[in-house]
Amino acid sequence: MAQPDRAGEEAHWRKTTNLMLAHLGVWVFFGYIIHMFVVPLNKIVIPILDFPLGFYMAAQGSLIIFVVMLFLFARQQDKIDREFGVAEED
Amino acid sequence: MATQTTASTDAFYKQLGRMYGIYTGGFVAFILLLAILEQIGVPNKILGYFFVFFTLAVYAIIGVATRTAQISEYYVAGRRVPAFYNGMATGADWMSAASFVGMAGSLFLLGYDGLAWVLGWTGGFVLVSILVGPYLRKFGAYTVPDFLSFRYGGNFARFLGVIVLVCCSFTYVTAQIYGTGLIASRFLGMQFEIAVFAGLVGILLCAMLGGMRAVTWTQIAQYIVLIVAYLTPIVILSTQHYGIPIPELTYGKAIAEITAREQQLVKDGLAVLCTQQSCPAGTLRPHIQPFMNYTALNYFGIIFCMMVGTASLPHILMRYFTTPSVKEARDSVAWSLLFIFLLYFSAPAYAAFSKLEVYTNIIGANIDALKPWIFQWGDLGLIQICGKNAASLQATIDACKAIAGHGGVLRFQDFVINTDVIVLSTPEIAGLPYVISGLVAAGGLAAALSTADGLLLAIANALSHDIYYKMLDPNAPTIRRLTVARVLLFFVAVAAAALAASKPSDILAMVGWAFSLAMAGNFPAIVLGIWWKRATTTGAVCGIIAGWGICLFYLVVSRYFPQMGVTYFGMTSLLNPETGQALINVSQILADPKWLGDLPASAANPLANKVGWFDLNNINCGLLGMPLGFLVIYVVSLLGKEPSREMQALIDEIRKPRGKTVLEENV
Repeated sequence: MAQPDRAGEEAHWRKTTNLMLAHLGVWVFFGYIIHMFVVPLNKIVIPILDFPLGFYMAAQGSLIIFVVMLFLFARQQDKIDREFGVAEED
Repeated sequence: MATQTTASTDAFYKQLGRMYGIYTGGFVAFILLLAILEQIGVPNKILGYFFVFFTLAVYAIIGVATRTAQISEYYVAGRRVPAFYNGMATGADWMSAASFVGMAGSLFLLGYDGLAWVLGWTGGFVLVSILVGPYLRKFGAYTVPDFLSFRYGGNFARFLGVIVLVCCSFTYVTAQIYGTGLIASRFLGMQFEIAVFAGLVGILLCAMLGGMRAVTWTQIAQYIVLIVAYLTPIVILSTQHYGIPIPELTYGKAIAEITAREQQLVKDGLAVLCTQQSCPAGTLRPHIQPFMNYTALNYFGIIFCMMVGTASLPHILMRYFTTPSVKEARDSVAWSLLFIFLLYFSAPAYAAFSKLEVYTNIIGANIDALKPWIFQWGDLGLIQICGKNAASLQATIDACKAIAGHGGVLRFQDFVINTDVIVLSTPEIAGLPYVISGLVAAGGLAAALSTADGLLLAIANALSHDIYYKMLDPNAPTIRRLTVARVLLFFVAVAAAALAASKPSDILAMVGWAFSLAMAGNFPAIVLGIWWKRATTTGAVCGIIAGWGICLFYLVVSRYFPQMGVTYFGMTSLLNPETGQALINVSQILADPKWLGDLPASAANPLANKVGWFDLNNINCGLLGMPLGFLVIYVVSLLGKEPSREMQALIDEIRKPRGKTVLEENV
């Protein structure tokens, strides 16, 4: 594991920031943008379950994305921390 | 040393799993026992009291058993709550009486537009995890104002933080205690004041002796009760209707049936559709059609304010101070959202099943065919038919006869239901035994009590740690600090209970306001404090005052002084989302001396909450405050000198999980 130094710290923070922005982007998309298209999406009906898609995304779809996203984020950030030797000791 | 800690932590984990496993089993056995008692013929009222007092006693026992005399145990549970369990505790901390009882009702009433709350109250945890929570954990604060004080050097920032915290938490905790009174009185027939008092005792026994440590272990127990209580009736209902015990999958069919039924009602002349030409109260708004109750701006505004508010509310952020590591803080946010998700993605199913029942068995039915559960709630004033409380069949028949041309068949506009009834009446609609109803009441109480515990602790800790210890008496010994913390907790709780017992009219609306206030006051200062080294003390102080100030101003003026808002501050009537017309005729109302002189405006004043800027609902005042806060911090910071080298080095420390917490107290 590399010893943290100034350059390493900056690279670590750059990667962390990028990860933050990526997740923020997904959050904006599933929190807001997709729901702006609820009327056209409602014309699509999910087979078998009978949900209109626009309604489904606000009631369940986006929520599932958020949950999965958070578990994924925790893993990705931990990987970045380990890569630069700034993770906590186990 | 390191291996020893790991070994004891492992033992701790295993013990926790077994303990809560036994607890859950015991709870299920308790429900079965009461079910048997019901069959034997024990009266419902007794069963209800069993539910309330047994669950309260269990919470109290946990609270007393986990009492502590250590500062770090009291404030942050010793920082050793595993991610999974902290997630459960956060779930209970988060889901309030409003989530448990009110949300399904809002979805029933608002249809698609109600989903703004479902989205808003879940998506905020994304921000908690990626922007705020883990960094505050690394910093090692006991309270949110602790961080503000440290990062923005000094007690002025701390003091502002305490004001914001108390302001958004106190009304919120009052609403929870009010919620316990409401649930117990409506559901178990207890007197409202007695129920409030019982709730107060329950809260105090949990929180006072053990602080955060006791609240944590109690909240986990409360989560288990509330989630079992919420899911049981709806799982049974789904199985009855569709043969599949997963309501979240089957209610799509119910929605399709609702849509078909809506069209049929309009065709049969039993309902009038809300259209762009005319959309007064009492018209039917199709369940899946968006932006009929909120304009698109206010719909997305609510989502945004609730999400950002989540990441700014101190009682939520402080839960992540309790994990053993930064990594576990992140894991813990993910678990929290999973546990919260279980309730929120089921709430729309409640709404759909109830709506289907109302549209098929009530609207369009003959009055004398109404089912008895309706009159039970009508008797409490929660269901009105033909403009009168549906207290009995005869009263309902008389009320409808009084309406000219009423044919005895119920129309859409005849039926008004209080939103709280949706969750509480589902067991009866499904024809389930009373024991399930009691279970639901116990779940609602658990939701209200657990949130109250967390909020109370946040307020009392800010007062005892930030105001008393950090500002008034920095040399206070441990014992005195803990005594002060407990005494303050007691008085804050009693004050909240006293306020709740007086049934203030705006108390439930204030919960929504708390999110916007927290977001405007805390979010810019916390986020920039972590993510922008250049943010300065002056910048943050000005930003908090400006952002929080404008939000509070907008709320207070539009709710309590709308006359002045119109006359001096250029506020205009909000618009009807469907027709785009003004909701009220402002000049006509102002011409009436009765309303003009109504200061501060009463709840009945037609102007109250109905005026504003940019057609912005006042619950969304954070949309004004937060951007202003960011802007002010940015501009003022750039005008001043950059923070010291030492401060910048400390911010670097916060950004790395490894190493000791920045703020370490050696007690």
